[in-house]
Amino acid sequence: MRTVIFRTIAPYLSALMVLFSVFVLLRGHNAPGGGFIGGLIAASAFAIFGIACGVAAVRRAIIFHPMALSAFGLFIAGLSGLPSLFLRQPFMTSQWWYIHAFGVEIPLSTPLIFDIGVYFVVVGAISSIALALEERESD
Amino acid sequence: MPLSGPEATVYAVLAPFAAAVIAPLMVRLFKHNAAWPLALVPAFVFLHFAGFVGAIAHGETFTPSLDWAPTYGVTLSFYLDGLSTLFALLISGIGTFIILYSGGYLKGHPHHGRFFSFMFMFMGSMLGLVTADNLITLFVFWELTSITSFLLIGFDHLRRASRRAALQALVVTGGGGLALLAGFLLIMSLTGEANMSALLAGEDILRQSPAYAAVLILVLGGAFTKSAQFPFHFWLANAMEAPTPVSAYLHSATMVKAGVYLLMRMQPVLGDTLLWTTILPLFGGVTLIFGTLLAVRQTDLKLMLAYTTVASLGLLVMLTGTSLDKAIEGAALYLLAHSLFKGALFMVAGTVDHEAGTRDITRLGGLRGAMPITFAAACLASLSMAGLPPFIGFIAKEYLYEGIWEAPSGALALTATAVIGNALMLVIAAAVALRPFTGQKADTPKHAHEGPILLYAGPVVLSVTGLVAALVAHTTGEYFVGPTVSSIIGRFEEINLHLVPTHIGAPLYLSVATIVLGVLLYLRLDALRAMMANTLTAIGWGPDKGFDQAISAIVRLATAVTRFVQAGKLQVYMVMTFIITALALLVPTYLAGAWPQNFSVPQFRFYEWAILVIAVAGLIAVLIAKTRLTAIVSLGIQGFAVAVIFMLFGAPDLSFTQFMVETLSVVILALVMTRLNLTPRDHRKLGDQLFDGAIAIAVGFGFATVLMRITELPFDPRLSVFFSEYANAIAHGRNIVNVILVDFRGIDTLGEISVVMVTGLAVLALIRVRPKRRPLETGEDTGPAKTEEPKELEAAK
Repeated sequence: MRTVIFRTIAPYLSALMVLFSVFVLLRGHNAPGGGFIGGLIAASAFAIFGIACGVAAVRRAIIFHPMALSAFGLFIAGLSGLPSLFLRQPFMTSQWWYIHAFGVEIPLSTPLIFDIGVYFVVVGAISSIALALEERESD
Repeated sequence: MPLSGPEATVYAVLAPFAAAVIAPLMVRLFKHNAAWPLALVPAFVFLHFAGFVGAIAHGETFTPSLDWAPTYGVTLSFYLDGLSTLFALLISGIGTFIILYSGGYLKGHPHHGRFFSFMFMFMGSMLGLVTADNLITLFVFWELTSITSFLLIGFDHLRRASRRAALQALVVTGGGGLALLAGFLLIMSLTGEANMSALLAGEDILRQSPAYAAVLILVLGGAFTKSAQFPFHFWLANAMEAPTPVSAYLHSATMVKAGVYLLMRMQPVLGDTLLWTTILPLFGGVTLIFGTLLAVRQTDLKLMLAYTTVASLGLLVMLTGTSLDKAIEGAALYLLAHSLFKGALFMVAGTVDHEAGTRDITRLGGLRGAMPITFAAACLASLSMAGLPPFIGFIAKEYLYEGIWEAPSGALALTATAVIGNALMLVIAAAVALRPFTGQKADTPKHAHEGPILLYAGPVVLSVTGLVAALVAHTTGEYFVGPTVSSIIGRFEEINLHLVPTHIGAPLYLSVATIVLGVLLYLRLDALRAMMANTLTAIGWGPDKGFDQAISAIVRLATAVTRFVQAGKLQVYMVMTFIITALALLVPTYLAGAWPQNFSVPQFRFYEWAILVIAVAGLIAVLIAKTRLTAIVSLGIQGFAVAVIFMLFGAPDLSFTQFMVETLSVVILALVMTRLNLTPRDHRKLGDQLFDGAIAIAVGFGFATVLMRITELPFDPRLSVFFSEYANAIAHGRNIVNVILVDFRGIDTLGEISVVMVTGLAVLALIRVRPKRRPLETGEDTGPAKTEEPKELEAAK
């Protein structure tokens, strides 16, 4: 599997896929996409990178343990439900803020934070499984 | 809420729990002297409950309450009448001295603070139990006492015997607690009342109900296990593994009386029926005789006292079971007397053990010179236990003899049982008070001397109280015994207690007979003990052994069931899962006759046909694939084709996800396959292949028919209309799928991603489990694998 071509291309391909996954994540609210799909794309990016350049390289690249990413995702997803409680609305009622920066209106919302949480959970869980399996393959 | 008056009862019940929190800190600050400030907590609780005595003596009751779980009608309500107040006073009063005693007894123990915590938690639970009005609240406190008792018996958790005794107590009393819960639920559904006070004031529904026998047996299941009635008495003797303060407090003065409390509490609504007056005296009487005989057999001070506690509980159950006013007066008096003398005697036994190093009466003797105060307390308490004047035990015995002597039926049997039981009790009382202290000075493991004030304060105060309560018999009767009796018999009754019998009659003769019999037996104690020992050896089997046999039978059954259900072969699991799936799909369809009606070839465009053909080609490739890896990759062809179909029919999100899932599952499956060291080819026999193929076809056919049938039904557009109307309007999103996922059904998604994460963790753990025969692994992975192996071994056993 580790041909020269694959090993040369894989980092660029992975980087592009991660970038694309973020794009898919952020457009999700209005166009096909979202946290789940984005997470799957990023997870496959890490899987490809791992197959091409070894698991150690992936672990270095993402710094944190993938399971920690997953936990972080679940944490912020849960957290995103809390602001509404302070406004005496039910848990997870969506809140929207419109921020004007650089001449554009950027809509921020608790569902967006929630979706980012979903993204991290999926990336973390899937890539920790894939990486662990790849790691075992090599020994 | 006010800090005094009935409403403050909630604070009184919660105060020990607060003390449990601060106790470890206090011990760190003041060492064993923390007992002094800590003992103030039960002392204040005692004063709180003492404040009601006057009003309750005049027939008043209090029902302060606080909403706890209003949705389920569970209130934190309390019911204060004579019975609950007497119990609360005993718990807090004796508790005060037990806390002091614990300070001296466990001085220097590394977990002294933890011990205090457990004790206070127990105290709070017990107070809650006896004052609770709501049945469910009562049950919760009931189970809490079982749990705290478990913690206290197993306090010395490094000893195997302690752990076993703790577990045994938890299984027996916890199991009884479940029966009690069932009984309570039945009572609540029969009467519609959840509160004890309402139940007692309401109409006589339970005794008229056809389910009366069921209610009674369930309630007795709880009461008999808690109060160690035969044949559940064994746990109480084993509970003596606990430190002595625990034995003195839980297993003589308070917790084991919870069962008796419950019977007394329910007497007005459940008692005085043929079933009640048969079962209770029978079990109580057997327990009384059996307990005293087993006590005679022991040489360990604590075990002797433990078995007489069993016997005393039997006596109380027997008396309550007669449903006669006079006998119940005797029971109430005996309850008070027993708590005082038995608590004191246990503490004496603990002090002797603590100072002399042993509590075996054959190795003790002549300690009266070294421990005069302890000896005095032991004598006072024993005289009360033996039922001699002028002690409260004597009055109790007079009243109970009077009660059962006049019983309309079975008077002779009851009286004989009581006389023999009390005579044997006198034997034990004499043995406990005299053997360690009189006679020749024996060589004890430790050089015995008087304990500190922390150790003798409790026994002295409790035994002297037993004397004073008898000397001021009139006051005791008016303020403590009378109200209690009124609660048990369910109507107001004034009691006129006299220390000196008002007339010479049957009770006095019976007392004399008891004393004569007891003295005669005491003189032959050693012969009696040898005889009992021989008898028990001849029988060779007891409920204690039976408990072990039952537990190991349960473990064997569980192992057998697990072995059967969890065969440990992935193939078996997969086959079972798919067979069940096929049945779940096909059986309801067959039963409802809901097969698809219209088979028509749809009008597809040519490229749509092409994709279908690719999907089918992928499946054929799976079937004819030579190696497993080829088969997995070929399955991917079919998956991608389906993703394209989703795309063509207007579900971009679904298609997108399908693509990714398909890619990742092919990658992960391929990785797993290479990991499993499988042979590259499939070597199933033709028969197996046909069987597996049949399952696959059944599942596929099932899904196809269900889906076809569903699409034939008229489409209900309400949900789609709602989502397409409101997705952008209120959730500011045009991608309906995403809006549903992150907004409308956000909580569902939250649950799902939690599952995703837990699955990830589980898979990670599974991957890291290494086969046992390969210990030569390096790196961080070996850590968890090593710790997991012993667990597996244990589970396999």
